[in-house]
Amino acid sequence: MGEPFEPVLLRNAGVADSRSIHTYRARGGYKALRKALEMGPEAIIAEVREANLRGRGGAGFPAGVKWGFLPPDRKVTYLCVNADEAEPCTFNNRVLIEQDPHQLIEGMLIAGLATRTTTAYVYLRVEYHEPFHILQKAVDEAYAAGLLGRNILGSDFSMECIIHRGAGAYVCGEETGLIESIEGKRGWPRIKPPFPAISGLFGKPTVVNNVETLCCLPHIIERGAEWFGSIGTPGSAGPKLYCVSGHVKRPGCYEAPLGLAVRELIEDEQFAQGMRDGRRIKAVNPGGFSVGWLTADELDMKMDFDDPRDYGLLGLGTAAIVVMDDQTDMREVLLNVTRFFAHESCGQCTQCREGTEWMYKVASRLAAGAGRSEDLDLLAEITQTMGMMPGLSICGLSDGAAYAVRSIATKFRAEFKEHIRRQTPGRAEQVMRQTNPALYDRAMGRQTQSAG
Amino acid sequence: MAWKTIDRTQSAIPPDAAPLLSDAVKQKIRSFVERYETARAAMLPALHVVQDTLGHLSPQAQKEIAEVLGLHPSEVFDAVGFYSHFWTKPRGRKVIVVCRSLSCSLLGGEQVLEAFKEHLGIDEHQTTADGEYSLMTEECLGQCEDAPCVLIGEKKHCHVRPEDVPRILADPNNDKVDVARSDLYDGVTPDAQPGGAREG
Repeated sequence: MGEPFEPVLLRNAGVADSRSIHTYRARGGYKALRKALEMGPEAIIAEVREANLRGRGGAGFPAGVKWGFLPPDRKVTYLCVNADEAEPCTFNNRVLIEQDPHQLIEGMLIAGLATRTTTAYVYLRVEYHEPFHILQKAVDEAYAAGLLGRNILGSDFSMECIIHRGAGAYVCGEETGLIESIEGKRGWPRIKPPFPAISGLFGKPTVVNNVETLCCLPHIIERGAEWFGSIGTPGSAGPKLYCVSGHVKRPGCYEAPLGLAVRELIEDEQFAQGMRDGRRIKAVNPGGFSVGWLTADELDMKMDFDDPRDYGLLGLGTAAIVVMDDQTDMREVLLNVTRFFAHESCGQCTQCREGTEWMYKVASRLAAGAGRSEDLDLLAEITQTMGMMPGLSICGLSDGAAYAVRSIATKFRAEFKEHIRRQTPGRAEQVMRQTNPALYDRAMGRQTQSAG
Repeated sequence: MAWKTIDRTQSAIPPDAAPLLSDAVKQKIRSFVERYETARAAMLPALHVVQDTLGHLSPQAQKEIAEVLGLHPSEVFDAVGFYSHFWTKPRGRKVIVVCRSLSCSLLGGEQVLEAFKEHLGIDEHQTTADGEYSLMTEECLGQCEDAPCVLIGEKKHCHVRPEDVPRILADPNNDKVDVARSDLYDGVTPDAQPGGAREG
């Protein structure tokens, strides 16, 4: 990689007192809002569409198109800011809020202006205590400066902003789960349609946007769609925050154009600077658990919205890269992943509720040295049932779990086989019969033997 | 596994039980209602405030929240059971949450958990005899660049090694953040005692 990328979303990160409204304004903040007020909703939407700003939360849906689904004759519109950020090993929203909360508020205001939002709710995960205090202070500052509330900057645009703290549930990062949670219910995703744009929060037209998506807006308005489109690749425009963690020398949140190769983010001096202790890479999870896994031979994959599909992955996801070195036991990784999904499945759809639990049980016995050679086929079969067919479940959690487990079990099959081969003979049967004889016999598809 | 968290072993509410929610707490709950279209939407803020005030959400507290918001108690119970951050039995004054997600686990999170268990003399999901600490684990805390990490109350501890645990436990401010706090979601204690329990 040549010249270092001039940061856009993180341009204020590391600047002294970057969280205060004074610093933000002194560095050109809230200029885009004034420009947006002059442009009006139609022109803002047109600009964002032209910039091809695709959602940064994981699905990659174009933000301008999403706003276009709102019914034209609406009186009330809600904007829900998705700051639940529960995808494992993802932390870019946290960095954005901690380093530059006013950038998010300005982005919310521009989105609010474009969609004629009356109230914006920021759904912030409860584990983010410091970000909550920082963002609440910034919201208070914005109200005091006339940037939130009635008649913003003397215009006829009014918008309230309320921070709503979550309570520890991954599924509330799904847009309709998030809406249910704000409404005070359990965070069970809703069956769609109707989509939130038609009937969302309190049954009103609602837009749900991710923190990073909103943070792109001030820059698109200020510098134009053409400039935004010049960053990244044609189908995947703009800057992106990549969260790199795991066995690398310098883990962290790095800003770069969309479309970088995974290898570059791991090995480049500007980014993670390679592996710790001179180890070699065994596996990489390039976008949150739900997208799936890469082997060391697949590091040329481009981090954009299209290339991951060629590698059997669900998509770009959150662009959070977890790197595992050659001493990592993939059985432990599989156990961690399946436990996560079994814990976070909301339980509405049978195949997700039961499937995640089954996969956790299979992973547990593999990790306990009691695996069977059929287990890998059983995992593949469960993932097939769980979500290789879109629309089978209410939300995407089931598909995410299926992609993660299927890619680990198939891409690292040889390693699992080797572990199973080295097990003490008869160990699997012994352990399983001790723990749950009935389940064991049924899972094997055998006739239950009469006790003897 | 949210559907499994319903605790069916709780005792019924005694008929002559004194009310748990003070007027100040009820007032704070009502102040959230105007922020939403429905009273039910004030549920999560109300649960945060009451849990922070009382330390946990007993069946009686849930019933009283339902009265303030004009809901059926089962609606409150439904929400409490779903979210892992709400608990119905007392916990320690400070809750220690060790991250068990992948990045932390790869860099020694499990050894950190073991060190906490050893120094506190308790297992996961247990509380120390003096009621000071409860030990929990959670999926990703979102601090992966500083793995392994541990959350105590509001404070995140980064790059924790097993040998750091005694030092962390000895620090009386190990649960307090260094930034200006907002008390919006805090509990209400009219006769506040210094060093009262904080949200965890």
